[in-house]
Amino acid sequence: MSAARTNADAGSRWLGLYVLAYLVFLYLPVLLIPLFSFNNSIQAAFPLQGFTLEWYRTLYGNPALSGALANSLLIGVIAASGATLCGITVSYMDLYGRSPLAATISAVARLPILIPGVIVGISLLILINLIGLGPSRVSIVLGHILVALPTTVVVMRSRFAAIPKTVREAALDLGASDWTTFRRVMLPLSAPAVLSAFMLAFLTSFDEFIVVFFLAGTEPTLPLYIWSQLRFPRSLPTVMALGTMILSVSFVIAGFAEILRHRGLGAARRNPA
Amino acid sequence: MSTIVAARPLPESRLSPGFRFAMLLPGGLVTFFLILFALGLVIFLAFRSNDGSLLGAGLTFANFVTVATDPLYWTVTLRSLVIAGLVTLATVVTAYPVAYYLAFHAGRRRNLLLFLVTLPFWTSYLLRVFAWKIVLAYNGVLNSAFIESGLWSEPTLALLNTPAAVVVTLAHAYAPFAILPIYVALDTIPKSLLEAASDLGARPFTSFRRVVLPNSMPGVLAAALVVFVPTVGDYVTPAMVGGPASTMIGTLIQSQFGKANDWPFGAALSVCVMLVIFCVVLVARGADRRFGSRT
Repeated sequence: MSAARTNADAGSRWLGLYVLAYLVFLYLPVLLIPLFSFNNSIQAAFPLQGFTLEWYRTLYGNPALSGALANSLLIGVIAASGATLCGITVSYMDLYGRSPLAATISAVARLPILIPGVIVGISLLILINLIGLGPSRVSIVLGHILVALPTTVVVMRSRFAAIPKTVREAALDLGASDWTTFRRVMLPLSAPAVLSAFMLAFLTSFDEFIVVFFLAGTEPTLPLYIWSQLRFPRSLPTVMALGTMILSVSFVIAGFAEILRHRGLGAARRNPA
Repeated sequence: MSTIVAARPLPESRLSPGFRFAMLLPGGLVTFFLILFALGLVIFLAFRSNDGSLLGAGLTFANFVTVATDPLYWTVTLRSLVIAGLVTLATVVTAYPVAYYLAFHAGRRRNLLLFLVTLPFWTSYLLRVFAWKIVLAYNGVLNSAFIESGLWSEPTLALLNTPAAVVVTLAHAYAPFAILPIYVALDTIPKSLLEAASDLGARPFTSFRRVVLPNSMPGVLAAALVVFVPTVGDYVTPAMVGGPASTMIGTLIQSQFGKANDWPFGAALSVCVMLVIFCVVLVARGADRRFGSRT
């Protein structure tokens, strides 16, 4: 018994070390970007040269960059709103609509996860050209709604499923209409998940490159701007400074989304109604 | 209690037509118009010949004949499958112990660790690929670190522009996709099952092989799919760290819609990729069912 326990402890320790090594593998390449963004050299290599903020300085007053950033923010907010609206309604109808149509919509909404980005991109490219829209910001928004849709549906679906069925039934039995039940009971109860879905969709849109590559007209998003800069070795340090800022903001938003998600789950566990 | 509930009409039946319509509208528009109709267009275009117009002309199998007969497309398709397969294998095999630790050993640190392994996924994909480019470059981080530490006197490792660079970069990029589904599957295994196995005299490895592994297979298959699908069509990583020897099918599709300007042929290549993925999904479904029936 005690020998087995010692064995298990040793196994657990080795596994713990492995997880640590894995985290180093996950983070080390990513953290090199902030490291070299302060390095006083064009070349990203050791030994580090002097410390500099020069690369950050070049980010300011760059109209192409601020234009791309504004585009990304605008497109991110609109696409995330669209994807979250679809995620809420699709999963709500899937769980409570009890119709084959609602189930089909929910299944198709999660389909883009099984389609490589390049195919999502070209299929939308054909579509937007057919309807005469052409590559534009509207096209990018449509593309990003598609890319974020599976995430928002999955997040909202698990949240709605975690709300006890009796809550909704009680509201309906007390005479609340469908709208009132949805707006006053179900939506507030899933508010943390709505915000979490929105933020995950926003991050997806903000970082998305593979689909947007086909849909962008003359107004690039931030990843497209970065892609265009990666061709020039001289602008790589600036890309790293920009990348550092994007990493920081992404980490903060993802952390916030995570806290909200846990608060939602915790509330569901504490108040099983 | 339950008889009282059952005696009333189900609340679901109360959904008014107006509510139903409004709630189905946004999702319906997006799924039918943006997903099904758009994919239908790709399939339609694949059977047209390129005459410079948007939807091509005529009705032809020529695109598929070219894909099937030109060795270039075979080579690239095969290479894409091999690279995507290696990425999937590497990602799932390295992710499994992490998911196992999270499910059985992490204790109070579980939520923090879960957050840490998924965090890189929310950072820019382009930047992560770029990070590997600066790690692997000839005058890059890895070679210069070895020189700095006195192990080598000059850059000796040619790492960039190899298929191996593509595999490592993609395995890094899709790691969280693999960890999460495996963790979820492992987490649903009742601990009593493991206790029963050890009470019945199974050694730890035996109970892992006969109890834990089969029960986690649905998660492993889900992870493999979520890694394989985006990988097989990727064109960014091969372009940035792969060099010409690692051209993948996504690169060819992208160039048909860009430089080559032969949309019907690009659509045909896309249809082939979708067919391959469809087959992979079917195989995964079949495997899933087999493992499902065993438990």
